[in-house]
Amino acid sequence: MLPLKCGGRKMALYTGKRNFKVVGTRPPRPDGIDKVTGRALFGADLSAPGMLVGQILRSPHAHARIKSIDTSAAEALSGVKSVVTSADFDKASNSPNQDALDNCMARGKALYHGHAVAAVAATTAYVATQALKLIKVDYNVLPHVIEVEDAMMANAPIVQGGRRADNAPDGLSENITHYMSFGHGGLDEGFAKADKIIERTFKTAATHQGYIEPHACLATMGPDGKADLWCCTQGHYYVRELCADFLGMETSQLRVTASEIGGGFGGKTTVFIEPVALALSRKAGKPVKMVMNREEVFKASGPTVSSLTDVKIGMTKDGRITAAHAMLRYQGGAFPCGTIEFGLMSAFAAYDLDAVQAEGFNVMTNRPRQAAYRAPGAPVAIYPVEGVIDELCQILDLDPLEVRLKNAARKGTKSSYGPTFDDIGLVATLEAAQKHPHYLTPLGPNQGRGVSCGFWFNFGGNTSVSLNLNADGTVGIVEGNPDIGGSRASISQMAAEELGIPYEKIRTVIADTNSLGFNDVTDGSRVTFAVGLATIKAAQDAVQKMCSRVAKLWDIDEDAVVWEDGYAKPAGPNAGEFEPMSIAEIAAIANSTGGPIAGHHEVNADGAGVSFGVHLVDLEIDPGTGQTTILRYTVFQDAGKAVHPDYVEGQMQGGAVQGIGWALNEEYIYGPDGLLQNPGFLDYRIPVASDLPPIEAVILEIPNPGHPYGVRGVGETSIVPPLAALSNGVSRAIGHRMYELPMSPPKILKTIKG
Amino acid sequence: MSKIHVTTTLNGDQVEYLCEPQETLLDILRNRLNLTGSKEGCGSGDCGACSVTLDGRLVCSCLVLAAEAEGREIETIEGMADGENLHSLQQKFLDHAALQCGICTPGFLVAAKALLEKNPDPTETEVRFWLAGNLCRCTGYDKIINAVMDAAAEMRGA
Amino acid sequence: MVKVVVWGSLRAATGGAAEVNVDAATFKEVLTQLEQKYPGLKPQIDRGVSLAIDGTIYREAWFTPVKPDSEVVLMPLMVGG
Repeated sequence: MLPLKCGGRKMALYTGKRNFKVVGTRPPRPDGIDKVTGRALFGADLSAPGMLVGQILRSPHAHARIKSIDTSAAEALSGVKSVVTSADFDKASNSPNQDALDNCMARGKALYHGHAVAAVAATTAYVATQALKLIKVDYNVLPHVIEVEDAMMANAPIVQGGRRADNAPDGLSENITHYMSFGHGGLDEGFAKADKIIERTFKTAATHQGYIEPHACLATMGPDGKADLWCCTQGHYYVRELCADFLGMETSQLRVTASEIGGGFGGKTTVFIEPVALALSRKAGKPVKMVMNREEVFKASGPTVSSLTDVKIGMTKDGRITAAHAMLRYQGGAFPCGTIEFGLMSAFAAYDLDAVQAEGFNVMTNRPRQAAYRAPGAPVAIYPVEGVIDELCQILDLDPLEVRLKNAARKGTKSSYGPTFDDIGLVATLEAAQKHPHYLTPLGPNQGRGVSCGFWFNFGGNTSVSLNLNADGTVGIVEGNPDIGGSRASISQMAAEELGIPYEKIRTVIADTNSLGFNDVTDGSRVTFAVGLATIKAAQDAVQKMCSRVAKLWDIDEDAVVWEDGYAKPAGPNAGEFEPMSIAEIAAIANSTGGPIAGHHEVNADGAGVSFGVHLVDLEIDPGTGQTTILRYTVFQDAGKAVHPDYVEGQMQGGAVQGIGWALNEEYIYGPDGLLQNPGFLDYRIPVASDLPPIEAVILEIPNPGHPYGVRGVGETSIVPPLAALSNGVSRAIGHRMYELPMSPPKILKTIKG
Repeated sequence: MSKIHVTTTLNGDQVEYLCEPQETLLDILRNRLNLTGSKEGCGSGDCGACSVTLDGRLVCSCLVLAAEAEGREIETIEGMADGENLHSLQQKFLDHAALQCGICTPGFLVAAKALLEKNPDPTETEVRFWLAGNLCRCTGYDKIINAVMDAAAEMRGA
Repeated sequence: MVKVVVWGSLRAATGGAAEVNVDAATFKEVLTQLEQKYPGLKPQIDRGVSLAIDGTIYREAWFTPVKPDSEVVLMPLMVGG
């Protein structure tokens, strides 16, 4: 345990390898017992006296002008207490917020099948359903457009006018938003140096995050304009910001409490039903509970983009990439969507290239508004790149991992998206994969091995943490980021490490929006990094305050007191002879020495480290049915420093399985009428336990220079490699390259036979 | 529409409630009896988050009408622990980090308990196929399977 | 003077230059100077940008110092899932 000088407050970043006592162990999580007994309260688990049930009327059309909405019959129905439409909301304060609001409640146009058009609050669910049937909406049905390649054509139906990007390429539709390009070097010279160049086109379908808990909230607005909102969300401060904007409320008047959350993966980083529940509650003067059913979740929350991508790569016969180009085309639903930016930046991020360009755009379609899904944009950008590299390896008869190593980005590489990399873990993960028994296992008939790299940026962001000392020496930590994977345990571990006390003495809770300064959404794999960093600093703040009290008590300089292993001690023999004092002893006399002691840290954290991963998959194809059986799956990922290894493994395994579903089976299926045909778990088939083998997780630790313990985010990277790993494995197993996802059995069979 | 009066046994206790004909057992558990441990993930029997046992048989409570519970025995997640003492499965789920968000956990525990009561020594494949009716989106199932196999061994006294 | 790297599709606003020079000592000054010298960059800067300074990405950090020999790369504002 490094003794901390109490006088000095500036905390160094990564301080080098050390012998951690708590970080790196596997203690039980604080919310564990509540979750295995059914006691934990999720979004739909709270009720209030006098509560009404809210339900939403949704557009049956993919695209229609709303000429009028007559709610009178619904309002007159006994048991109905309020009805709202877009007229009940304020104009939002900026364009992205207006888009979020218009998505929650259609304004003038229904933009996709399932778009919310009106809502009611009634005494029972049955009455609410009857009331919805009484709302008369006069639609003028318009032509719709669903696929990327159709929406970008010059004569495509226009989803929203006046949103076209200024720099969109000529000759393409007004639906095009966000044209961008990244890269460096001379492509023509680069391609001229290649011994083999291939260019391929890839397609991916939209998928859904698939969280098992549907969106749910309980809104209570009082006649004085104050409101309380309980909801499952990844970011309750952002929910507060949006809802206050849409309802014309001051921030302090709305208090949002985050429930336990039953999965998010990015899909719960915005609002869908929450502003509607608040508006209904305001009008009715009663609490309103609103829960989406599964069909609504698929139709009207935020699926991913779908894509159409061209990739061209040139390689020398010994495996060096000389030039690479990608043209990415994403659709993110009926509103402008910036996810293309992350696709473009991540597409070639794993490689050290002299000549590289990734360009592309987003196009609007009559589909639900996209929301983030674990490394948004990166899986569908890296999938085609890793596919072309693998095909080149086959053509040139080169080992796939050797080629990755030959071209891998390292410390000092100028990335394809601009900055120069500091210490990164790609080479370490590739070398670990090469040596692993999985890679050396022989394959049988109809079997193939797929390899892919993956990458995600990881974020820091706005974070506030308070650390309160109790008179018995226990510690209460207050943070503002909903726990989606076990982060409360990791936060407690880092505080325990810093304070030098046992993990069991600490309780970490997630507070409501009134209790702390602002906190960015739980996204970007930011919590262990940024909330951890803030916790470490808040602990140091508390330590400094305790040392200051002790110095006064001992009547010596503050500089002469150090903190070591949970005790304030004299810095050396010259400081004097004093008995060390524990947190309990210092906190017990806090009232007499100046008042309660707490540490704080508020920061917009930067310095999150990127996380690279490599996945290996062995699979077997049944040539009669096209069914893929995954025989073996191994995930290699750089975590910087694994605070709680069980949860790091959990992220690696969970992300891999989501990627497997994306590659093999999941897709949004639309009919020619623009209506979603598979809004349920039967026909939107996510992986189940019998689809999968054990998933081995190999954690590497290349410390992030930007964090005191070297922590990197890990939550997102692991969904990136599976798409190409599966595609490469299937392609090798059947002897034909595949260029479209998902590779469901009928599609594999068609490729084998065709 | 007049309500139906139901008397049933729930986690060993006798319970009575009134229900509409179209209400499901899940509706009653959550909204009438305040037992929110069983979750509604889909309402169509595809996700298993609402799993309970009905006369010892594993069912999706969203597919059982509330009225069908008359005279039967229902066991939910809330009945699994014995006071302060967790069931082996519950403890093993914690030990193996077999939950991340925890929303699917009650359903998995009820389903796994039903399996081990029928087959105390299942193979990994048998466990995976029995639990194929329970969806988890967070874990990739790996640690769940480990937890169930370990609990089975402990319960066999191995 | 600080060298700022500008991504491909923004180069139309800098007369095709991939790298431009501005007189700035902090994150905020870099953005202010870029807007003044290259008004075509203003819409993107208003929409939101991050700066990568010597390899570390700063999302919105006005007072972060920038040295004359720092590598400064303009990047879109980052969002995750």
